[in-house]
Amino acid sequence: MDKNDIAIIKSKRKSELIGKSYTTACGMLIIILTLSIFFFIASKGVATFTTDHVSIFDFLFSSTWAPEKIGSRGQPYVGAAIFIAGSIIVSIFAVLVSTPISICSAVFMTEISPKLGEKFLRPAIELFAGIPSVVYGWIGLSILVPFLRNTVGGLGFSLLAAGIVLTIMIFPTIASVAADSLRVLPSDYREAAYALGATRWQTIKGVLIPAALPQIFTGVVLGMARAFGEALAVQMVIGNSIKFPQGLTDPTITLTSIITMDMGNTVAGSAWNNALWSMALLLLLISFGFIILIRRISKRGD
Amino acid sequence: MDKIIQISDLNLYYGTNHALKDVSMEIEKNRITALIGPSGCGKSTFLRTLNRMNDLIENVKISGSILFEGRDIYKNYDKIYLRKKVGMVFQKPNPFPMSIYDNIAYGPRVHGIKSKSKLDDIVENSLKGAALWDEVKDRLSKSAIGLSGGQQQRLCIARTLAVEPDVILMDEPTSALDPISTSKIEDLIAMLKQKYTVVIVTHNMQQAGRISDTTAFFLSGVVVELGPTEELFYKPKDKRTEDYITGRFG
Repeated sequence: MDKNDIAIIKSKRKSELIGKSYTTACGMLIIILTLSIFFFIASKGVATFTTDHVSIFDFLFSSTWAPEKIGSRGQPYVGAAIFIAGSIIVSIFAVLVSTPISICSAVFMTEISPKLGEKFLRPAIELFAGIPSVVYGWIGLSILVPFLRNTVGGLGFSLLAAGIVLTIMIFPTIASVAADSLRVLPSDYREAAYALGATRWQTIKGVLIPAALPQIFTGVVLGMARAFGEALAVQMVIGNSIKFPQGLTDPTITLTSIITMDMGNTVAGSAWNNALWSMALLLLLISFGFIILIRRISKRGD
Repeated sequence: MDKIIQISDLNLYYGTNHALKDVSMEIEKNRITALIGPSGCGKSTFLRTLNRMNDLIENVKISGSILFEGRDIYKNYDKIYLRKKVGMVFQKPNPFPMSIYDNIAYGPRVHGIKSKSKLDDIVENSLKGAALWDEVKDRLSKSAIGLSGGQQQRLCIARTLAVEPDVILMDEPTSALDPISTSKIEDLIAMLKQKYTVVIVTHNMQQAGRISDTTAFFLSGVVVELGPTEELFYKPKDKRTEDYITGRFG
């Protein structure tokens, strides 16, 4: 080993160290950022319960939302039940309607007509996924709401409008996950099924979809999470009336909606403001719940 | 001797590749026919013409005729029905990711059998027919993926038996298995010829010698020699056959 070799080894060690430090720093930055955001929201969110002495039960299950009034025990009326119900109903609607359509599109794309699927469906899905939510909301507002008003009655601003908009918004999510999960299935399954005398549809329904189900399900949960967290498009078409809806054509409101509308109008530190932070915390916790669910399902699928 | 499949002047093209050239032969009922030959000689391709699995591949052209029980399977023959009567076991065991019971029941269900008691009987008989019943009878609802390689392959055989075929095509069924599983399956195949006709592609000449009645030697898409196994192995008529068998190539 001469001086040259030693110099080369030294410079290799140096760049190794720089590379390691940089990537570690980036990794740590992300972790610290995530934890900071969580702790920040959590600290603001618990103020409702610690400072304003609202019980968690009241917050989750009471539908009395009058955050500027003070009740007999000195605590504000910040029951979020209506918002929670709105978020849940609208998301479940979107998932129930979108999932069958998405799975069928995925089957069409991968099994029935792969060429057409590659050429037309896949770009269409990618296009859909890229449309900003404000555009979905605007189209919903200008076209869907008047249409609903004229056909099924009501104000047009409704659960139904929000559900339909969300259904279309989460379709690319579920469809692309479903298509991928079908595509990675081993061709062995198809061969074995055909060799037994199954038709193409019997193969798809009896073997392929059941085999892809765990992965498809993660797509459904992802879609559900997206629907639950969507703010702008929902807020533009749902009507934002703080009442439980009696039917699909009634307006109502969601967690994301009320935060969008009220955040700018409340005073920091007030009960109203604190309640909104608690709702943000609730949304965060529910998102975590979805993520944990997805990871559980993926693990079981292995 | 009954001829259950008669192949005449079969030619197959993958695009421009002439994979099978003027193949003519007859498969005898309740016998085991082995197809041997070096890699790429067309024996698997030929096997797949017998149950029209080649239909799944694009750009395949076929001429000539294949008669199954006297009827041309490429003319006005329902291929779903054909595949019920002519089953196939693949080289790599390919059980469905479902329970053992559902794997076996899939075939009968696909052909319209719904009654649970009938399906129960079929599952039991098929597993017995594949010499697997004793090993799995207490865990029929467990996933088939949890079985060992040899068990999975016997499961695939049971799955084929469940649709009550007349012919079972086997494409190198033991090449992915260990020697003990291989010998268990060879014993099973030898037993199967009592009720079924077996056509087996094998890379393993000793295996062909052990279990088959008739052997066909394929080379570059042509059937070079066809005859009773003992004759073909000990007194081959064609020099190319002799070269292959004595290991000079392949």
